[in-house]
Amino acid sequence: MRNYRHSVSLDISKCKGCTTCLKRCPTEAIRIRDGHAQINSDRCIDCGECIKVCPHKAKRAVHDSLKDMKNYTVTVALPAPALYGQFNNLTNIDYIIDGLGKVGFDYVFEVACAAEMVSAYTRTYLGRDGVSKPVISSACPVITRMIGMNFPYLADHIMPLLPPVEIAAKLARDAAAREHPELSPTEIGVFLISPCPAKVSYVKNGFAGDKNNIDRVISVRDVYFALLDVMKNGSIPEGTSSAGMIGIGWATTGGESSAVFNDRYLAADGIENCIRVLEQIDNEDFTDLDFIELNACSGGCVGGAMTVANPYIAGARLGSLKRYLPVSPNRPADGDIPDYCFSDGEVHYDGGYTLSSDRNEAMRMMSEIESITAGLPGIDCGSCGAPTCEAFAEDIVKNETNADECTIIMRELFHECIERRRKELLSEKIGSSKPKNGAEVDSKK
Amino acid sequence: MSENVTFHFDVDGENFSSAGEASVLVKKKLRQLGISPEIIRRVSIAMYEGEINMVIHAEGGSADVTVTDKEVAIVLSDRGPGIPDVSLAMQEGYSTARDNIRALGFGAGMGLPNMKKYTDSMEIETKLGVGTTITMKVKLS
Ligand SMILES: Nc1ncnc2c1ncn2[C@@H]1O[C@H](COP(=O)(O)OP(=O)(O)OP(=O)(O)O)[C@@H](O)[C@H]1O
Ligand code: SF4
Ligand SMILES: [Mg+2]
Repeated sequence: MRNYRHSVSLDISKCKGCTTCLKRCPTEAIRIRDGHAQINSDRCIDCGECIKVCPHKAKRAVHDSLKDMKNYTVTVALPAPALYGQFNNLTNIDYIIDGLGKVGFDYVFEVACAAEMVSAYTRTYLGRDGVSKPVISSACPVITRMIGMNFPYLADHIMPLLPPVEIAAKLARDAAAREHPELSPTEIGVFLISPCPAKVSYVKNGFAGDKNNIDRVISVRDVYFALLDVMKNGSIPEGTSSAGMIGIGWATTGGESSAVFNDRYLAADGIENCIRVLEQIDNEDFTDLDFIELNACSGGCVGGAMTVANPYIAGARLGSLKRYLPVSPNRPADGDIPDYCFSDGEVHYDGGYTLSSDRNEAMRMMSEIESITAGLPGIDCGSCGAPTCEAFAEDIVKNETNADECTIIMRELFHECIERRRKELLSEKIGSSKPKNGAEVDSKK
Repeated sequence: MSENVTFHFDVDGENFSSAGEASVLVKKKLRQLGISPEIIRRVSIAMYEGEINMVIHAEGGSADVTVTDKEVAIVLSDRGPGIPDVSLAMQEGYSTARDNIRALGFGAGMGLPNMKKYTDSMEIETKLGVGTTITMKVKLS
């Protein structure tokens, strides 16, 4: 996909060109060139893995800021449930809803509420005839993009419903517009409080097509710090949360699938695990499974790169916050799925890994890659700037780098040179044999 | 005339947890070659089943995948026990997999039938006590 707008980006001044992110990128989108990292935009899926691992904090997620509120007459906050798990000693979600008002939002619509609706619609959808099973959740944008890049065959297994953030945005916008008939749509600002860069790029690239109702995406982290300031005093909160157990459960792995209410599901997290699961369902027919929940982040959305707390600690906090909540107060009266909940944006295979659109050329390149790889050390050390020797060979064939970037081979050549020179010097000293090249002139003297 | 590309994989029979990895690698290569998703899926399913069979029934072996401008050919060769009755083994549901293998979800007796179903041709050469070589081809168009 060309001109893809990414949230994950690099601060060159901080990047030391170490190979940490190179090794961890699940799509091999990173190379080290001229001493610093470069991200290949066609391959980046905004999973945020490099942000999490960068020891120099050179990778970051670009997102909107709370200051952008001033561009709108009326503002609505859509807090993702992961936000609730960030706070230590929080006993009641109402404090957060109240705090969001104090921070300046006119309305709050909890993503968790929309999640409960999506859970109900998922159950309806799974019961329909002719649905390709297992159905894969559409909630994590990293996963849907990964499928588009790598698993075209699974594309029609993705649930065709909009993710909760989008449904929340639609309902919140409609409600605000009803309250303020005098305002034009551009005067209402809908702000998603997101745990991850993936949702930023989901919005910025208009993946929901015409159905995109989110104007700005701000980070859980920024909102967390803003809330700390206003939530200090322990007054009785005015706002009230209306989320239930199921909605809040969506922030951690297993929450979404347990709401399917049967045991024919699989829930996995961590991008590497998710890729393995996708590889396997791509090969086998998992007809005995109904539903697959995949979260790119360890622990689920609480593990997003724009959060503050450790995902497992946040998960435990959510566990106690939801303990006495009603199960699913926001489930729709009947499970019929309204039209607006269906997504327009189909996932298409974009062949991002194809060497060349001309098959013969691709075959030629592939043979060359194979033969170059065979001559490389095969230790995948990363010092050439590519994540593996094979990726390096591919870069050479694509003319993106050259063979002498391999420091291991260079070192061998260097040793050979030194050794040769040493022998030459030695033989000069003993005078027993003539040095080989170009040294004749000297020796005659 | 374009060149052919061959990929060779050793399939480790000792390490069950790595079973299925060669087919993932092949999938990656075929994507790089711009082969259509439909063909990739057929090749990788056939290859996966064959690879698993070599691990569970034959203590490993090797896989060679050759891509030409017309087809993808997969040759799986092992030095396992051989298959005593090929037409019986080809029947859906026939399996000699032991219980511990079944517990992992294998042993439905669907591997060989799937390999046949997803490829355009399949030949089995097998000799008791010597080994088995299976050659499968998937046409590119
Ligand atoms: N490479 C092989 N060497 C020896 N025997 C084999 C080999 N491949 C298959 N067989 C025999 O053929 C039988 C049927 O194989 P098939 O792949 O169809 O089913 P399975 O492996 O038992 O179960 P499934 O593939 O559904 O997990 C096996 O149980 C085994 O007895
Ligand atoms: S798991 Fe959740 S937080 Fe992580 S990338 Fe996916 S949607 Fe974002
Ligand atoms: Mg089998």
